[in-house]
Amino acid sequence: MTYAIEISDLKKRYESGFEALKGVNLTVEKGDFFALLGPNGAGKSTTIGILCSLVNKSSGKVAIFGEDIDKNFAKAKQYLGVVPQEFNFNVFETVFNVVVTQAGFYGIDKETAAKRAEKYLKELDLWDKKDVQSRMLSGGMKRRLMIARALIHEPEVLILDEPTAGVDIELRRSMWEFIKGLNENGTTIILTTHYLEEAEQLCRNIAIINAGEIVENTSVKALLKTLNQETFILDLDQALPLDWSIEGFNVVLNNDGSSLEVEVVKGQSINRIFSALDQANVNVVSMRNKSNRLEELFVKLIKG
Amino acid sequence: MKNSEIWIAFYTILVREIRRFTRIWPQTLLPPAITMTLYFAIFGNLIGDRIGEMGGFSYMQYIVPGLIMMSVITNSYSNVSSSFFSAKFQHSIQELLVSPTPNWVILLGYVLGGVARGLFVGFIVTILSLFFTHLALENLFLTVLVVCLTAIMFSLGGFVNAIYARSFDDVSIVPTFILTPLTYLGGVFYSIDLLSDFWQSVSLLNPVLYMVNAFRYGILGVSDINIYWALVMVSVFIVVLFWYGLRLLNQGKGIRS
Repeated sequence: MTYAIEISDLKKRYESGFEALKGVNLTVEKGDFFALLGPNGAGKSTTIGILCSLVNKSSGKVAIFGEDIDKNFAKAKQYLGVVPQEFNFNVFETVFNVVVTQAGFYGIDKETAAKRAEKYLKELDLWDKKDVQSRMLSGGMKRRLMIARALIHEPEVLILDEPTAGVDIELRRSMWEFIKGLNENGTTIILTTHYLEEAEQLCRNIAIINAGEIVENTSVKALLKTLNQETFILDLDQALPLDWSIEGFNVVLNNDGSSLEVEVVKGQSINRIFSALDQANVNVVSMRNKSNRLEELFVKLIKG
Repeated sequence: MKNSEIWIAFYTILVREIRRFTRIWPQTLLPPAITMTLYFAIFGNLIGDRIGEMGGFSYMQYIVPGLIMMSVITNSYSNVSSSFFSAKFQHSIQELLVSPTPNWVILLGYVLGGVARGLFVGFIVTILSLFFTHLALENLFLTVLVVCLTAIMFSLGGFVNAIYARSFDDVSIVPTFILTPLTYLGGVFYSIDLLSDFWQSVSLLNPVLYMVNAFRYGILGVSDINIYWALVMVSVFIVVLFWYGLRLLNQGKGIRS
């Protein structure tokens, strides 16, 4: 089977001696929506950097759509579009020129490039800014410009490194809708993000990298199934005594007793909590997860 | 990449480089025009009249080829060094690195961008010189050949400088402390016949002397050195610098971690 991305025993040691990758093995299937998660310094950016030729690997093999980057990097690069974390376009070029120039680097003729630039700039709501110098754009616009630029050669794989960092909620949602649309049309998406709820909602498969090693590589569903405990917060219409408890549950009340934090182990029914509160003549006015489920898992995996 | 795609990639880099130096013309095209006009007025007209003839020509006529060459050298060098270093500095070089454009095309695109600026400035300075003196063109082919080879050589030098540069200071160190002295001592303003034997021998180690004299020979028909030797030397420098620049690019020196 040919994978979109196939990484085996990838190692990277920087000149300083720091070992950023200690033998990473990873596969991403064609058409996948894949999340690569990890804390700062875990090796995410190094892995992505090697994929797109910004970092030299020390050893190991990387293939993009079956093309070994050591043998045919030019062909492998044709499959990839990259949206980096930091703005990396010429800030003195106009929006249109940034996108069309990138097309030229892929050998795309001017006419085709202009048509595609119009298409993607319109889809990303940047067409009315096409003649504006890119340094004049807002942060969100700059990020959308980098997406348009990455798509100009219509790559099979789109890598997004923290694409929604610093982007407001409304814009973030519209960006995800756009990227979901790309994935539905067959583009393989690989993203790194600190917003774990995004990874949970959008991605089918996930890899968690820590200290240069993959500590988990599975489907999001399978990963969430391993979660055996969740913490809920219940807001109450009246305060409970601070020593209130319920057998079989670990319960914590806030200072005035109006909010209840309860840990629920997998398979345990939360009906008993409601019954106990009912007996105490207390109603639950709202209920939520204390933290994102994936976040809990992430923290657990990273802490080892 | 197919040949047609490689051509498009090369053309894109070249056009972008030309667009860059024409967009910032007050920084790139205007200063050499003003500086050289001052040289023509002060050294050529005011002081030159008192110096008299040199190599059988008026002092003004004698220094014009050298000053044109000086403009070509400094502008082709600084265009590539500043453009490539700026791309490194603001990370826009990554646009090229992630693309399938071969490294030799990247190098060629930047170098010919520098050549374009060098020749453009050389043309402006030549036009300005005509307001001060008459220029006879002895050998058009040699003149064009020498100016092109010189622009290529110094563009390559600028590229290597930019690869190694880690700050804007590093980009200006070579032009200030190496290029400018070599140019001023490279026979722009005088014939080395005026020097003692020892300093003549020392001057012969300066590569700029050969280019300035070869160019002067193309325009005026006089030279302090052997023209063929000058052409061979410039060609060897070009081959070595191109090989070295490409090697640095392939290694990712200063641009890949």
